[in-house]
Amino acid sequence: MISQFFVLSQRGDNIVFRDFTELANYCMDEVDVGMGLVVSDRGEVQKGSAEIFFRKVKFWKEDGDGDAPPVFTVDGVNYFHVKVAGLLFVATTRVNVSPSLVLELLQRIARVVKDYLGILNEESLRKNFVLVYELLDEVIDFGYVQTTSTEVLKSYVLNEPIVIDAARVPSLGPAAIFMQGNKRMPGTAVTKSVVANEPGGRKREEIFVDIIEKISVTFSSSGYILTSEIDGTIQMKSYLTGNPEVRLALNDDLGIGRGGSSMYGNLPPHDISVLHHATDYGNSSVSGPVFLDDCNFHESVHLDSFETDRTLTLVPSDGEFPVMNYRMTQEFKPPFRINALIEEAGPLRAEVILKVRAEFSSSITANTILVQMPLPTYTTRVSFELEPGAVGNTTDFKEASKRLEWGFKKARIVGGSEYTLRAKLTFSQESHGSIVKESGPVSMTFTIPMYNASRLQVKYLQIAKKSKTDNPYRWVRYVTQANSYVARL
Amino acid sequence: MAPPAQSQRSASPSQPSGKGEVSDLKSQLRQLAGSRSPGVDDSKRDLFKKVISYMTIGIDVSSLFGEMVMCSATSDIVLKKMCYLYVGNYAKVNPDLALLTINFLQRDCKDDDPMIRGLALRSLCSLRVANLVEYLVGPLGSGLKDNNSYVRTVAVMGVLKLYHISASTCIDADFPAMLKHLMLNDPDTQVVANCLSALQEIWGSEASTSEEASRERETLLSKPLVYYLLNRIKEFSEWAQCLVLELAAKYVPSDGSEIFDIMNLLEDRLQHANGAVVLATIKVFLQLTLSMADVHQQVYERIKAPLLTLVSSGSPEQSYAVLSHLHLLVMRAPFIFSSDYKHFYCQYNEPSYVKKLKLEMLTAVANESNTYEIGLQAKMLSWENLDSVVVGDLVSVTELCEYAANVDIPIARESIRAVGKIALQQYDVNAIVDRLLQFLEMEKDYVTAEALVLVKDLLRKYPQWSQDCIAVVGNISSKNIQEPKGKAALIWMLGEYSQDMHDAPYILESLIENWDEEDSAEVGDLISYVKGRSYEKFDRYTGLNVLVRLHLLTAVMKCFFKRPPETQKTLGAALAAGLADFHQDVHDRALFYYRLLQYNISVAERVVNPPKQAVSVFADTQSSEIKDRIFDEFNSLSVVYEKPSYMFTDKEHRGPFEFSDELGNLSMGAESTGTVVPAQRVEANDKDLLLGTSEKEDSRGPSTNGSAYSAPAYDTSSVSASSQMLSELVISNSTVPAHASQSSLAIDDLLGLGLPVATATAPAPSPPSLKLNSKAVLDPSTFQQKWRQLPVSLSQEYSISPQGVAALTVPQSLLRHMQGHSIHCIASGGQSPNFKFFFFAQKAEASSAFLVECVLNTSSAKAQIKIKADDQSASEAFSALFQSALSEFSVP
Repeated sequence: MISQFFVLSQRGDNIVFRDFTELANYCMDEVDVGMGLVVSDRGEVQKGSAEIFFRKVKFWKEDGDGDAPPVFTVDGVNYFHVKVAGLLFVATTRVNVSPSLVLELLQRIARVVKDYLGILNEESLRKNFVLVYELLDEVIDFGYVQTTSTEVLKSYVLNEPIVIDAARVPSLGPAAIFMQGNKRMPGTAVTKSVVANEPGGRKREEIFVDIIEKISVTFSSSGYILTSEIDGTIQMKSYLTGNPEVRLALNDDLGIGRGGSSMYGNLPPHDISVLHHATDYGNSSVSGPVFLDDCNFHESVHLDSFETDRTLTLVPSDGEFPVMNYRMTQEFKPPFRINALIEEAGPLRAEVILKVRAEFSSSITANTILVQMPLPTYTTRVSFELEPGAVGNTTDFKEASKRLEWGFKKARIVGGSEYTLRAKLTFSQESHGSIVKESGPVSMTFTIPMYNASRLQVKYLQIAKKSKTDNPYRWVRYVTQANSYVARL
Repeated sequence: MAPPAQSQRSASPSQPSGKGEVSDLKSQLRQLAGSRSPGVDDSKRDLFKKVISYMTIGIDVSSLFGEMVMCSATSDIVLKKMCYLYVGNYAKVNPDLALLTINFLQRDCKDDDPMIRGLALRSLCSLRVANLVEYLVGPLGSGLKDNNSYVRTVAVMGVLKLYHISASTCIDADFPAMLKHLMLNDPDTQVVANCLSALQEIWGSEASTSEEASRERETLLSKPLVYYLLNRIKEFSEWAQCLVLELAAKYVPSDGSEIFDIMNLLEDRLQHANGAVVLATIKVFLQLTLSMADVHQQVYERIKAPLLTLVSSGSPEQSYAVLSHLHLLVMRAPFIFSSDYKHFYCQYNEPSYVKKLKLEMLTAVANESNTYEIGLQAKMLSWENLDSVVVGDLVSVTELCEYAANVDIPIARESIRAVGKIALQQYDVNAIVDRLLQFLEMEKDYVTAEALVLVKDLLRKYPQWSQDCIAVVGNISSKNIQEPKGKAALIWMLGEYSQDMHDAPYILESLIENWDEEDSAEVGDLISYVKGRSYEKFDRYTGLNVLVRLHLLTAVMKCFFKRPPETQKTLGAALAAGLADFHQDVHDRALFYYRLLQYNISVAERVVNPPKQAVSVFADTQSSEIKDRIFDEFNSLSVVYEKPSYMFTDKEHRGPFEFSDELGNLSMGAESTGTVVPAQRVEANDKDLLLGTSEKEDSRGPSTNGSAYSAPAYDTSSVSASSQMLSELVISNSTVPAHASQSSLAIDDLLGLGLPVATATAPAPSPPSLKLNSKAVLDPSTFQQKWRQLPVSLSQEYSISPQGVAALTVPQSLLRHMQGHSIHCIASGGQSPNFKFFFFAQKAEASSAFLVECVLNTSSAKAQIKIKADDQSASEAFSALFQSALSEFSVP
């Protein structure tokens, strides 16, 4: 049960504020006006909660304790928050509720608002606050969740969104990557409101299926892969009318951790080594079946034929939602190899050599690449030396955080290419031979459109549509992003 | 809607002053109100939007009320909605307007459009004005019977709102019964779900006063209802599913096959993408299988993969909530997760709150591998498996060492502590000690400080490593260590191993010379921390500096006994400085040493520097009882905070259906009156354990965070902490407190067993010698469960002697008295003249338990007793025992 919901800007301004259990607005003194006293026994959260919350979050970091956790308690009031698009979505309650439920709900509210407004940011929220309140009233009644389905809400929420100009706004989130580069995709589509009509009057029939993978790899100093994991999502956003059924076929030979239908009490205890073997899956598994550790599905997905032909059947509801989340620790070929070396070159000097090699097909390009490396705290000066002919590279030494940054903001890395950076460091004190311990690890962020490391594929996307003439647009897109891509020294 | 203060400021720089614009709007609205021309609704919409945006930025537009209401006599829903928003905002602050509104809303409640009916009903109930409740009953009644499900869902919540405005109106109108009917018959699942929420809340709060409501509340957990809901679970929305699952977790099945039926039914919920559904399902599984060890184990195996997927699929915030639960499970069953250690590796870009949890999990998983070794036969594990675990273990230590070099200082600290914890729990510490010693050479002051503390703890457990450690520690200059904790650890080692460390007396001497610096540092810190906001830190900080001086005194003493000629002068200086110290503890300790030395040097040596026994187990920071309680509250904030709910919530906010509300209320009442002691048992074994100094601070720091509730576990920790202090100083024999507690138990025994059964006031037939177990143990959750399940087997009223009434001014004396009769109190509370106690007792030879609710009224001198018993046939005998025990109360 939730007492309050509010959205704060990065500066702590209230953009939306709703109290669901607001009671006792008349005090005893006003009885002569004819109004009685209403006493709350439901535990209101006091009005100043937004300020209390923001102060706490702000000072958490300043006190050196890192980020404020998403859930904390102050004077018996529990504060939950998630950060979405630079905004803080906050809920409060005095009740000992399920933290997952509230955090999930906050995330879902953000998604519903985005579905409606097309773009979620401070400006669009401020322009559409009447609509947002209208939404909130249907999502939560007296602190209890009613529905978060954009589909259902559409029949109750009637205000038209005031759509802000998408071109001016740098969009956030995984969808943003499609806006750069690849011309085959309509960049604005993903920032389109689910309810607003297009300027042309008629809505365009289309459906987007995005296979988004975040990969985490840790390389040892010798280049050996210590850990690797892929966290993937099949994200769907449908603008189809008439709610047709959609069939989504995945790799035929897709393997999943273990059978989902274990009967308790009838089977011998599970062999706990199953997962183990999956983890140590052979070295040469770069071809062969794709093997997921585990996955889960959106509630609209029917899995009747999934066991036999790996096909997901669903009636996509309006708005954006994850059809399937999956996790894979099977070995895969990492898209980039990083070699990092730091060597002493005299008492107050050292040299860093960073090498990045793109190990994917040359028809694919990666973008938004940034390589970072923390340097010893007594580093005072860094001079960079790029390869001759390197274009669009940026190099920087962040004095405050003692961090080396090597960016490819303007350039893209084409598959098969290799780049090297040399940096000469100057120290303010002698390093006592511990520079390797005091610098690194090297981390890398990147985005690779039309590439997926897991080789999970959508074989086909079938839309059951009555009329033959009206063929909706189908967009199946792949993208891989670095989650934690680290090379140790 | 409450227009927030900030938005007033930041809304627009060219904010209209109000007056002129408002009167403009007023005339425009008036014009439109009567108009029937086409397109008028669009112009109205624009005007309404303007009004609402004025309202949000804080301009008073309440003068437009009449016009707004007039204009909304339309079929345009968008207009209506904006009007309701407006009305809802102003009716609250302007009661006269609220009265006006009623009519208009009541009319809309009968509109043809179900959406208008629903919206009007919601607005009507949201006015929440007590005097207007009579207007709510009619529309609510018809709303509940509406043929549209949207209206019914709104009406059900409306009933709950009405209940909170005027409970009596709600009950008198018989709404709860109507909700119950709807819950069992309505085809719409959201209506059903809302009925369930509302009834849980209504009956939950009525239960304390009405027998009927408490019976009704129990029927919510009855088999037919739970099955009815579970069978339809897939029709419910994901949020309503959580509600149903939460209910199912409290359901007590009658036999094993029921358990398997429910679990098979819910199996596919584990694949849900919503983490809240998955966690609620897991709670059901865990609760159902508590008594079936092997199936419980299977459940752990089954839930592992879905939980790990949730951790990696959501936002960091969602991962955190799931990770907290995973953390709890890892702590309970580390070996099940020991092959998954790689999942708990930190990623460089994760928020620190996630990293901290992962570190703790890595530590826990690594710990368990030695249990693998020990329990090899028992667990029937293959050698292959074992190897991989051990390898994994070393890998995880290596991993942690990587984090120690992290630029993120808090995480680096945590990592070093984690390595230390692993070391303290391993038998083969070789490699890990090497790692720790490497930390010491890293020359980052916080790393050195943390590592020193760990090396000190290691030496207390494995004295055999002293040679290796001392060699490295001896090279560390105390000047390089800024942190008091690290400094204190170094000083302790200097004192303890002064015979092996050549320079020890001289290092100590130089430290004594800087005694005042320790002081001034403290003053400096004091100032800087007073400037800061964190008083807690301030306390900790100065406390530690005192710690350094205290350690210094003791270390010099030890050094003196080992190498008298070299240390004598230093000792004199130390004692002089100590005697002059402004801090009471330091002064007292110096004085104590001084007099001890004066009295007899060999006695002093026996006191200050006796031969030590290696510490075998460092005390756990949380008692198992608290851990069990947190586990019972799975899928709630308790897991995230790592505290049971009574420590951070008050009375009725522990979530629906919490039986402990009643108990919790009572003990809280006790708190506020300050008359009743928390009646939970103190775990005697907590006292047996020695606390590591670093752990001691860790456990005390967060626990005494001003919580009003006194939990027994914390009392013991402070007791054992101080006793540890004492034993280190004085006897170094930590078993003393344990002896004490044992002897008091022996007295309990005597009293408990030699019970005179018949007394003058109660000539009961002498029972067939019912003997009670004086050390009966029952945790609160079991008590609650039993209390819910068992029928009342005996209900009686006794009278209390006048002396008894007099003695009840100090209610805890009754608790002590009853404990003497082997009847233990689990919760108590109340205020004169009414006191309420919950007791329990166990048969001496069987585990059969008796539960008692005892309500004492001091003005009528009566005691009302309800007894519930596992063994019903013995309840007569127990009642006699109880009565005689009670009648002896305060009789000398």
